[in-house]
Amino acid sequence: MADVPKDLKYTREHEWAKQEGDRVRVGITAYAQEQLGDVVFVELPKVGAKVTAAKNFGVVESVKAVSDLFAPVSGEVAEVNGELTQKPETVNQDPYGKGWMIVVKPSNKAEWDQLLTAQQYEEYLAQGGH
Amino acid sequence: MSATTLKRTPLHQAHVKAGARMVPFGGWDMPVQYTGIVEEHRTVRSAVGLFDVSHMGEFEVEGPGALAALQHLTTNDVAALQVGQIQYSLLCYPNGTIVDDLTVYRVSDDRYMLTVNAGNIDKDWAHVTQSTEHARDVKDARWRNASEGTGLIAVQGPKAEALVGRLADRDVTAIGYYRFARGTLSDVPTLISRTGYTGEDGFELYAPADRTERLWTELVSAGRADGVAPIGLGARDTLRLEMKYVLYGNDIDETTNALEAGLGWVVKPAKGDFIGREALEKVRAAGVQRKLIGLEMTERAVARHGYPVQKDGRAVGIVTSGSYGPSVDKYIAMAYVETALAGIGTELAVEIRGQAKAARVVKTPFHPSRVKKA
Repeated sequence: MADVPKDLKYTREHEWAKQEGDRVRVGITAYAQEQLGDVVFVELPKVGAKVTAAKNFGVVESVKAVSDLFAPVSGEVAEVNGELTQKPETVNQDPYGKGWMIVVKPSNKAEWDQLLTAQQYEEYLAQGGH
Repeated sequence: MSATTLKRTPLHQAHVKAGARMVPFGGWDMPVQYTGIVEEHRTVRSAVGLFDVSHMGEFEVEGPGALAALQHLTTNDVAALQVGQIQYSLLCYPNGTIVDDLTVYRVSDDRYMLTVNAGNIDKDWAHVTQSTEHARDVKDARWRNASEGTGLIAVQGPKAEALVGRLADRDVTAIGYYRFARGTLSDVPTLISRTGYTGEDGFELYAPADRTERLWTELVSAGRADGVAPIGLGARDTLRLEMKYVLYGNDIDETTNALEAGLGWVVKPAKGDFIGREALEKVRAAGVQRKLIGLEMTERAVARHGYPVQKDGRAVGIVTSGSYGPSVDKYIAMAYVETALAGIGTELAVEIRGQAKAARVVKTPFHPSRVKKA
């Protein structure tokens, strides 16, 4: 079973979200990177762009597949992990650490509570993850 | 297609046991990767990899009319083929588009073997048997579909010759490129063919289906010191893409003609009539409308099959294969583009999710070939 850190929240599309003060850091889960295989390309929004919860904010591509990235919460993009452009494999190597994708300044705090807890996400994976 | 209807090769269990990720491919349940596509790709370029290609089809044709039948069916000149030699060739429709690409083995004076793509076995079988049924001079040719009883393992990489040589009862260094010989490897009777689909030196080993797992197991253990690893279809695709080897269903199909696909080198009208000859002669005289070229993305983005190619906003072609090329460390693609825009260095763009991303026509292969030419 893939690693599911307890202190994070999750989406059904396999993104993780981490509360850092009044901001939220976002990436894809260990399960997601494992399913994708070698990540060879990541396309992310620019700082200042608006993202909407459950809507596509970027793309991650492996050798075989193209997958949309879905925002866990709505808000403005405060930081983007530019390193992933040159080193997309970081997403495979450290999905919850150096493989983070964006940091969002949330515009609707209520959305946080809609996300899956670690336990809920684990149950979701146990049922097949889709 | 549901998993229960997928066909399995003699090595299916070995793949599952090795932890491969299995996917449907051309009606077969095949390993797409074991440890990771990029790592497997590098293993083949630097050491040696084993591919299960048992899903491919083998037809045999023999008799006094076998040569005439193959001359009628295929585009290359089978009369030039010596016993023990192999030829890359095409089956075409009368309009010059492609039924399949294949290799033709001359096994003895009037006996040949054809290796065809897995997804095309039924279509090709119907084509070769029906197309020769009524032709007057090819009556004395008997066809046999040996696909089910034949397993096929490709051993590819700079250490392939050492590995195969260690198990074989004969000197495999004497087998030249696109040549084959019969022998035994670890007591398994094998047709040892110096061919492949990776751009590396190596062999394709044909063995009886019920002995193929034994051969695989022996190769795995004998190759441990060489760093041998099983390689999935994912790396098979990136390896062949770096060589600009065409893949049926992606780069060539029943809508593409042999000449625009850059396969004119296996079209030999001087040999006499064959299916598609007249149409291809007309295309050759008029010049092709489009050409299959190699593209390198100059702007970071992955071009994929079906994406439009543009020049200054105008649609000028279509991507047929594209990926990240691990050995060239670039995003590369193959595409059909208008002939006038096919020159090396031409600046084009690929439309990716609504945006034009810059690309350039480059020389191919993308990565230098290291196949062992005579």
